[in-house]
Amino acid sequence: MDRPLTKSEEAVRAESVRILETGVGELLQPPDVEAFRMWNRAKSKEMVDKRMSEAEAVRRFIKPGDYIGTELYGTVRCPMSLVHEIVRQGVRDLRVAGQGVLELDMLLGASLVKAIDLTYIGLEVYGLSNCLRREVESGRVETVVEWSNAGIAWRFKAAAMGVPFIPVRSMLGTDTLKFSAAKVIEDPFTGLPIALLPALILDVGLIHVHRADACGNAQIDGISGFAAEMARASKRLIISAEEIVETEVIRRRPDRTIIPYYLVDAVIEAPFGSHPGEMCYRYARDEEQIRNWVEASKTSETTAGFLDKYIHGVTDHQAYLDLFGEARLEGLKGGAPGREP
Amino acid sequence: MSDQPYNASELLICTASRLMEDGTTAFIGTGIPMLAASLAQKMHAPNLVTIFEFGGTGAILETLPLAVGGGCTFNRAVAASGIRDIVETAQRGFVEYGFLGGAQIDPYGNLNTTVIGDHDHPKVRLPGSGGGNDVGSNCWRTIAIMPHDRRRFVEKVDFITTPGYLTGPGAREAAGLPRGTGPYRVVTTLALLSYHPESKRMQLLATQPGVSVDQVIESTGFDLLIPDQVEANPAPSAEELRILREEVDADGLYI
Repeated sequence: MDRPLTKSEEAVRAESVRILETGVGELLQPPDVEAFRMWNRAKSKEMVDKRMSEAEAVRRFIKPGDYIGTELYGTVRCPMSLVHEIVRQGVRDLRVAGQGVLELDMLLGASLVKAIDLTYIGLEVYGLSNCLRREVESGRVETVVEWSNAGIAWRFKAAAMGVPFIPVRSMLGTDTLKFSAAKVIEDPFTGLPIALLPALILDVGLIHVHRADACGNAQIDGISGFAAEMARASKRLIISAEEIVETEVIRRRPDRTIIPYYLVDAVIEAPFGSHPGEMCYRYARDEEQIRNWVEASKTSETTAGFLDKYIHGVTDHQAYLDLFGEARLEGLKGGAPGREP
Repeated sequence: MSDQPYNASELLICTASRLMEDGTTAFIGTGIPMLAASLAQKMHAPNLVTIFEFGGTGAILETLPLAVGGGCTFNRAVAASGIRDIVETAQRGFVEYGFLGGAQIDPYGNLNTTVIGDHDHPKVRLPGSGGGNDVGSNCWRTIAIMPHDRRRFVEKVDFITTPGYLTGPGAREAAGLPRGTGPYRVVTTLALLSYHPESKRMQLLATQPGVSVDQVIESTGFDLLIPDQVEANPAPSAEELRILREEVDADGLYI
């Protein structure tokens, strides 16, 4: 053409976005934002009492093969009473997002995990996860897809935004991207290569909070990890709370509500629900019990023994807490970081 | 190093601590980086701003966290947010230093924390990227802290979890990683290492006390660049060791 394109001609000229790289990892959950909208539309917006036991919530809302997520992680504000219940009911073939310490370790230790969108599974200061090693090296976990920690949080954010992907500058140039389900494109605005991470919509999210009302309006103290994003990325959401408060308490400080009720399907009262992990301003982690798990997790036999004693051997969370006794649990309150004297 | 008045962890902590400048921001993980940051705050960098992955900004490290999301990571902090805010802060260019570790490192500072062996049939399944890739992608200057042996310092890592200079000069930018970022130092039990400004390959900067250049070469599984001038790293001072033992880790959790 011997003249420059007019603005309108330029607008209709089809430009194609160049895909520079596609990760070989399996996309475990499709980023189907239209189906997610339909799901959310159908969800009850009624502000009703959703309190129930861990047993009922797991039975009603988590099915074998479901894709689940937990927040924050094993030793910090983690829904351990719900994780224990999943192990107790033996919900199999789970697909999980993680970023996890004790909670994913126990699901792996109980051989309940089939596929992982993996960012980090380890024991932090105590080193590698024995359960992850056994389950992945033996092939019992069939699929492992790699991501970075922020990568998974961003994937939740995309789902929370209701969009199918989010552009980020992490993971580029690495095997982490190659073994993920991300794509790299040439950004149509700047021309720079940019990673596109697919939205991650969870079948079920599990989040432990400081306080919630009976309808599920939930507040978290301290750092919020990725709770806001994960709550909004979940089709079904189970909240456990240290304390159930009157809705009036929520209404007095609505600015503190990180998860509004309409996202929530079940509310469980679970004092010391993060045990043996910590809950900031409330109780410290139970180092002795964490070490017990680290030790027990070293072989399949001792792992089974631990799960028998602390999960299968008790009927519910209260019976679990009774194994430790009030004095020990009260003692953990003293060591809580940031707790007012 | 058995005749030294300090152990390997103390040496790594003191060496890393001296790299932290006052008034800058540092993305801190658990373990040695955290102890180094705490020591730096008490020695030469009282205004070092610690940033923890799950939301703690500007914590005063009075007690040592055992977890990157633990309550101590926002003890008397100036902000408690969440993981996206922290990594996005790094993605926007606010975070100067990031600290990393790994099972393997190559001459370009690429790190492996994912698998030993083949990805789909691994010999050893390691924890995965965690925040490592986010730190290595988005912080301006990253510092790796590792024990030094031929098993860890390899010509080619089994899996590039976290980007160093990838395949060499220009490779980070070509991949789309933020311009001007990349590996800065490697702190080991035997040496302090940096990267050649042009070739981006690892080079020896200084040896740790009592360590010869030959020892460093022998313990490295790839050709390490050896400049004409190699400095000798000063040993941890009595003051550093006192603060480390009496104030930073009085309970002996790590050292």
